[in-house]
Amino acid sequence: MAYLFNHRHFYEGLKEGKLLGLVCKSCGKYTVPAKICCAECGSTEIEAVQLSGKGKIKTYTVIRVAPEGFTPPYILAMVELEEGPWLMGNVEGCGTELSDAELIEKNVILGHKVHPPAVYSAGEVVSIAFFLE
Amino acid sequence: MRRVAVVGIGMTKIGISDKSQIEMFSEAAMEAINNSAIGPKDIQALFMGNYLGDFEEGQMNMAPMCASELGMTYDVPSVRVEGACASGSVGIREAYIWVASGFCDIVLAGGTERASAMGTSLATRTFAMGSDSRYESFCGATFPGVFAMIARLYSAKYGIPMEKLKEKMAMVAVKNHKNGVKNPLAQFQKEITVDTVLNSFMVADPLQLFDCCPFSDGAAAIVLASEEVAKRLTDKPVYIMGVGQGSAGPLYRQRDITRIRAREAAAAQAYKMAGLSPEDIDVCELHDCFTIAEILAYEGLGFFDFGKGIQALENGETEITGRIAVNPSGGLKAKGHPIGATGAAQAYEIVKQLRGECGGRQVQGAKFGMTDTLGGDLATSVNIIYGV
Repeated sequence: MAYLFNHRHFYEGLKEGKLLGLVCKSCGKYTVPAKICCAECGSTEIEAVQLSGKGKIKTYTVIRVAPEGFTPPYILAMVELEEGPWLMGNVEGCGTELSDAELIEKNVILGHKVHPPAVYSAGEVVSIAFFLE
Repeated sequence: MRRVAVVGIGMTKIGISDKSQIEMFSEAAMEAINNSAIGPKDIQALFMGNYLGDFEEGQMNMAPMCASELGMTYDVPSVRVEGACASGSVGIREAYIWVASGFCDIVLAGGTERASAMGTSLATRTFAMGSDSRYESFCGATFPGVFAMIARLYSAKYGIPMEKLKEKMAMVAVKNHKNGVKNPLAQFQKEITVDTVLNSFMVADPLQLFDCCPFSDGAAAIVLASEEVAKRLTDKPVYIMGVGQGSAGPLYRQRDITRIRAREAAAAQAYKMAGLSPEDIDVCELHDCFTIAEILAYEGLGFFDFGKGIQALENGETEITGRIAVNPSGGLKAKGHPIGATGAAQAYEIVKQLRGECGGRQVQGAKFGMTDTLGGDLATSVNIIYGV
């Protein structure tokens, strides 16, 4: 069974400002990023959908010791989307000297970052980013 | 299914080593073999945990090399298992199943790792390869970053002010360093204070350096045998009472990461198989890769209610003399975290505790002990209950 769309399609969507996912014809829930089946109920009766790209920050950190190839400090967050799923991404466009819990429950909107092909990346990667609304 | 017993254990000093992964594993394994009163030629299979041998030394497929190094015979299947930080425990569970099923009578398991060879930057990158590479790793996610996000979510979810949570988290590090002082094989054998933690540099807010376990080199090994064989080999068999292993997807699928569902599932399997409940466990070596991780494990393993884990620290209930001794070895925090070997190092401590061989860190009268090993982004979780 083939994917309805895979990570490459997801990356292309991000570059066009679109958050692509699935909606389940069986349970009505959303799956983002796409998967071979519904993330909630496992059904393969799924269809492609564009989500709003809006959500709230549930938790975050400022990375100060970074992996090779990344320059700290930067913010890493987990965001609950309006439609229910969560995504991990960087929070861009705000400083990293934050008071405790400052970003919790803040509204954000989707962005993206393009990473050129690198060692152990299997080509270009487009990562998820968010901007404060 | 047959009963399975531990008949031998071995472990290197954990820390910074100039020995190869194969050399470290061979030292631990030969100790375990000698400890078992068997010879290498009696071993019928090898399962060894290793996470990053390729990045560390350019070494892949080391299992058959370890078998050869130890003098095992050509007809012995040897397998490297990889479940990130849980690799060693995945290997022990595999070995258990092979013996329990009757396919083998004597199996060697364990693990080895040489993380210090990589340096912090490459180590941080390669450790993070346990994250979802298509959707999470390229946000610059790190393991400290993941547990930092857990700590902040925990604080928000249970309404515990971060200042208070950080102080309790620091008490985990203080306790485990205190235990490490009594473990001659521990990487750190030095006491610290809450201030040591709170004054150390910030790695990923709110986690500071002393909230994090170190990069470590080391190896550990364990020989498992059927009950019948074990009774011939030792008058102190330690039995495997129950095993469990769970799996979960990337963090964005797990959502509320204060609850580690793969662990809860693994622990439930292990308790059910052993016919035991959390209150029966006397001593537990659990996955304190970060201080917050120990608090999560108190809850996920059923020792304390969800959201109440910090009370254990306030009341000293997880000290060696407490209601349930947690990480008497010093844990990942002080004993060290030689990734692929960690599960086997935990087993080493529990077996020694149940045999009553732990000297100054002995948990008096320990009858049932448990290991808890977590791999990747809360993705692989293994629990094993041992008993005498």
